Amino acid sequence: MTDLSADNNKAARFFNIGERTNVTGSARFKKLILSGDYATAVEVARQQVENGAQIIDVNMDEGLLDAKEAMVTFLHLLMAEPDIARLPIMVDSSRWEVIEAGLQCVSGKPIINSISMKEGEDIFLDHARVAMSYGAAVVVMAFDEKGQADTRDRKIEICKRAYDLLTGIGFPAEDIIFDPNIFAVATGIDEHRGYAIDFIEACKEIRRICPHTHISGGVSNLSFSFRGNEPVRRAMHSVFLYHTVQAGMDMGIVNAGQLDVYDVIDPVLREACEDVIWDRREDSTERLITLAENFRHDGGQQEKKTEEWRSYEVRKRLEYALVKGIDSHIVEDTEEARLVSERPIEVIEGPLMDGMNVVGDLFGSGKMFLPQVVKSARVMKKAVAHLLPYIEAAKDKNARAKGRIIMATVKGDVHDIGKNIVGVVLQCNGYEVIDLGVMVPWETIIEAIKEHDADIVGLSGLITPSLDEMVTVATEMERAGLTIPLMIGGATTSKAHTALRIDPVYSGCVIHVLDASRSVGVASALLSDTQHDQFVTDTAEAYQKIRETREGSKQSQLLSIEKARKNAFVIDPNLKPPAPKQAGIHQFKDWDLAELRSYIDWTPFFRAWELAGNFPAILDDEVVGETARSLYQDAQAMLDQIIEEKWLTAQAVVGLWPCRRRGDDVLVNHNGKEICLPMLRQQMAKRADRANMCLADFITEEDDWIGGFALTTGHGIEPHLARFRAENDDYRDILLKALADRFAEALAERLHQYVRTTLWGYAAEEDCDNLALIQEKYKGIRPAPGYPACPDHSLKTILFDMMDVTRSINITLTDSLAMWPTAAVSGFYFGHPQSSYFGVARIGEDQLEDYAVRRGVELDIARRWLTPNL
Amino acid sequence: MKKSAAAQRLREEASKRILLTDGAFGTMIQRYNLDEAAYRGDYKLDHDQKGNNDLLVLTRPDVIDAITRAYLDAGSDMVSTNSFNANKISQSDYKAEALVTEMNRQAAAIARKAADEYQAKDGRPRFVAGAVGPTNKTLSLSPDVNDPGYRAIDFDTLKDVYAHQIAGLMEGGADFILIETIFDTLNAKAGIMAVMQESQRLQREIPMMISMTITDMSGRNLSGHSIEAFWYSVRHANPLTIGLNCSFGADKLRSHVKTLSGLADTLLMAYPNAGLPNDLGQYDEMPETTGHFIEEWAQTGMVNIVGGCCGSTPEHIAAMATAVKGYPPRKMAELAPAMRLAGLDPMIVPAE
Repeated sequence: MTDLSADNNKAARFFNIGERTNVTGSARFKKLILSGDYATAVEVARQQVENGAQIIDVNMDEGLLDAKEAMVTFLHLLMAEPDIARLPIMVDSSRWEVIEAGLQCVSGKPIINSISMKEGEDIFLDHARVAMSYGAAVVVMAFDEKGQADTRDRKIEICKRAYDLLTGIGFPAEDIIFDPNIFAVATGIDEHRGYAIDFIEACKEIRRICPHTHISGGVSNLSFSFRGNEPVRRAMHSVFLYHTVQAGMDMGIVNAGQLDVYDVIDPVLREACEDVIWDRREDSTERLITLAENFRHDGGQQEKKTEEWRSYEVRKRLEYALVKGIDSHIVEDTEEARLVSERPIEVIEGPLMDGMNVVGDLFGSGKMFLPQVVKSARVMKKAVAHLLPYIEAAKDKNARAKGRIIMATVKGDVHDIGKNIVGVVLQCNGYEVIDLGVMVPWETIIEAIKEHDADIVGLSGLITPSLDEMVTVATEMERAGLTIPLMIGGATTSKAHTALRIDPVYSGCVIHVLDASRSVGVASALLSDTQHDQFVTDTAEAYQKIRETREGSKQSQLLSIEKARKNAFVIDPNLKPPAPKQAGIHQFKDWDLAELRSYIDWTPFFRAWELAGNFPAILDDEVVGETARSLYQDAQAMLDQIIEEKWLTAQAVVGLWPCRRRGDDVLVNHNGKEICLPMLRQQMAKRADRANMCLADFITEEDDWIGGFALTTGHGIEPHLARFRAENDDYRDILLKALADRFAEALAERLHQYVRTTLWGYAAEEDCDNLALIQEKYKGIRPAPGYPACPDHSLKTILFDMMDVTRSINITLTDSLAMWPTAAVSGFYFGHPQSSYFGVARIGEDQLEDYAVRRGVELDIARRWLTPNL
Repeated sequence: MKKSAAAQRLREEASKRILLTDGAFGTMIQRYNLDEAAYRGDYKLDHDQKGNNDLLVLTRPDVIDAITRAYLDAGSDMVSTNSFNANKISQSDYKAEALVTEMNRQAAAIARKAADEYQAKDGRPRFVAGAVGPTNKTLSLSPDVNDPGYRAIDFDTLKDVYAHQIAGLMEGGADFILIETIFDTLNAKAGIMAVMQESQRLQREIPMMISMTITDMSGRNLSGHSIEAFWYSVRHANPLTIGLNCSFGADKLRSHVKTLSGLADTLLMAYPNAGLPNDLGQYDEMPETTGHFIEEWAQTGMVNIVGGCCGSTPEHIAAMATAVKGYPPRKMAELAPAMRLAGLDPMIVPAE
């Protein structure tokens, strides 16, 4: 509020209407809008708010513009600026359809500028009715069928007539603002001399005979003849307002930065203005013109305050911009900060994150509200976008992209600010974030995980029903066989809910992330080779503790092992595969690489190169297609060489043994001796129709068969790798390793097929092409020790012993039970058609103890091997 | 235009005592543990219908009827229709848009029948509020943080969606239209216009009940409006009641109800959640606790109509009924003539 004078009538309050966002009133604004620079145009609105405007007038009436579109575009942008949108909007146009389009974008109670009886009473009242249905106040121009009101009497007559018409249809009198037309004085034309007096007197009378209404006007018109002389114009406006406010003018379009306090105007200038306004002297115009020359160059001191923050040091400026959500200087400030930082990432980790923390604190304490945070996030993104190329350039050559994270606000929820901030922060830290947006159903999330081969999924939600939806997503992810980590975040989410409701339904790691700043630590631990296991274990333990504490006397989420066993999966014994056609041990010293080539699953190959997408579609991918094609070509060329020059030897050993089941053990008859393969059972409480699975369930009590295999395609690789390294040829080094891995998987696939159709022969008629193989459309499974269905890596030692793997095909096990050469696969064959893959997930202490006995090891050792499942 | 007799009756009743509306439907529906087949009924719909509570008025009217009657038994003077998401936008999530008219008609019919029966039994007037939710689209905010000028829906489209729902509710016998859980003020303005439009079409007054929901502790809704700014933005609807629902529990909502109570020159209806959800998203505020808070509201003359939102049950409503008994109703605020403008914040231009 502009306090025009200390000794003014206390009730006289004057409301400033900002006029800078009016293309007819501001050349600068017009230029910005015409050039489509809406971002700067929004800054113009902000500036006038900072200068004290209390209502924002927006006008787009310009012949070269689609005024309706410009109005909608600009208002939508203004509504996203809480600093500006806190004020009422005045939708200003001479075209009604532009006004109505504007009203549909403004969420508060706005003002229409304007309606009039220029085209008669019917249209006037129609417009008034529409205004009422939007709840808008109206400016009524003193204009009728005959024209604009210039004299005192015409002004009064038209306004009274409009008043009666409007109140007659129930229009609230207090929502009527009359604009009785301010015209220029001191123009040198005699008829104009009385315009100010006419206006002031009309104001008094209108307020008297039209109770509860308001009066407004475009004040700058008054000083039109002093264009270019701001000090004089300011003085004229201030003096004029001093009188009109007392006469009842309570609103006005005034450039809020260009008003002086009446009492501090130079007394000589003030007197001259009074003379002009009241037409007190014959020569008042001439006197003011003469006087004006003395004041011509006294201006410009008003600009300082707005831009004061620009003089802060750069960290403060960044913080200010983030907190205020101002992006007009963010790029230059970010650049300045970058130049003084050692590494570009430090700008993000330092001042930008600090600024966002301030935003977070303000939001958390209710001092900032949601829309402002959205703005801050946008400023942050712009800053980060500026820094990214520098961060990329500064990356050391061997650094890898850190991982791909899918983020989504779950179905039923529209809140995404937190998620967006987390996304920004993760991106800042080198993660690729694929944001699926809001209201994302689980189907889309799972599709995206698969399509993008995501490393982590982040689910977000703010409202409480989202908690249940997150459980649904986790359940569906489990059903889809996914195991990638699941990050949970959002205002109503909690560690407790995550531990109690989400974690148990998903066998992959589930972790609640408290806020964006923690998301980076979590993501990096989840995707780290060295920290991952410990982190997952710690999280699982922490959540287990929560569950134990929470559940108190209640049954834990885990079934006892006895109960779980009672809910075992029951296979149909009639479907049991027949005895193998060729039981015993089979060794393959040199499988034909040329044949294996057609069994290669290329999708993981591209994944190894961090190229996302499924083969062969990836070759035509918009983004990575070109790279993928070139890589694929190189791979084909190397394959030719590998096969032709026999760089690698594919070796395998298969065992097919009679066996029987005893509880959760599979007892294998190996050379007349029974060897025990203890298996682990799922212990999580299941829905009624779901079994607690264990691999032993796929074996019958008597007269059954099981297989084992180990294979490698890594023999022969070393000399070639050494050669590439000597040539500093990283590319071919990695290419060869990746292809060897692919050959190992291809051999696993081919060998399994050979076992099904020939050695065991239970599926002699099977006819699967490569795609069907990749999609596992065949009977039987080949679970590997150390994988979800059989999490104990140590079973590899038994398997290797039974097939004498180390001697026959020379695969060795490291201390941590990894296979060497690395291009190797080993596992069991289960032939029953109902056998399927599953994850054992968490097991109870009871099963652990039982397992240690069955496995014949100390409890501590069993515990160590099974830590991830405890 | 035909005036609403129900509105007149409600005002009369409200001048005598504090009235009770109902509590949550969703919370009660959950108790039935309905499976997808129960939701779906005989309808041939492509999408999984589990959770489509609004469909139940067609497939399990017995459930909705039983819940409605449980609230009437608990002492509700007004019951709302089970139609919060029975609009084309929300139903498109379930690919059930074609059923929207039928849903609303049926939702209103169920409530109407029960209300009329209870009124006939004891002579105490019962009212039916046709519940209109906010949809899941917002007119004021961009769903895309990078494109603040973008909007997922426009005013006229949303207005037509509302009008479509309102027509069904009025056809089914609703007394009033309750525009509730308003997180976006502009959405509410489209809803208000839809009611006005339907009112014109039917040539009868459709009284409006308007209820905002607060999404942050500073007392603003999602579109950023303070309670006062919100009230001024919708006051042109001349609503039968203005109020707050959902948001928080009664204790946290108190100060906001108090604010509105001092501003509203119409009846005030507030129906908070049963406390704040716990870590598991469950509402565990005991009915006695809720009743205790509400009694204080009644004592201080803050409300005309009370009820419950998320997590509340007939037990909560019964506790409230006991709590407000005997306390005089709130007196409406008197506002000096002024132009009450609003952006996100109010701006009052005095008119005297």
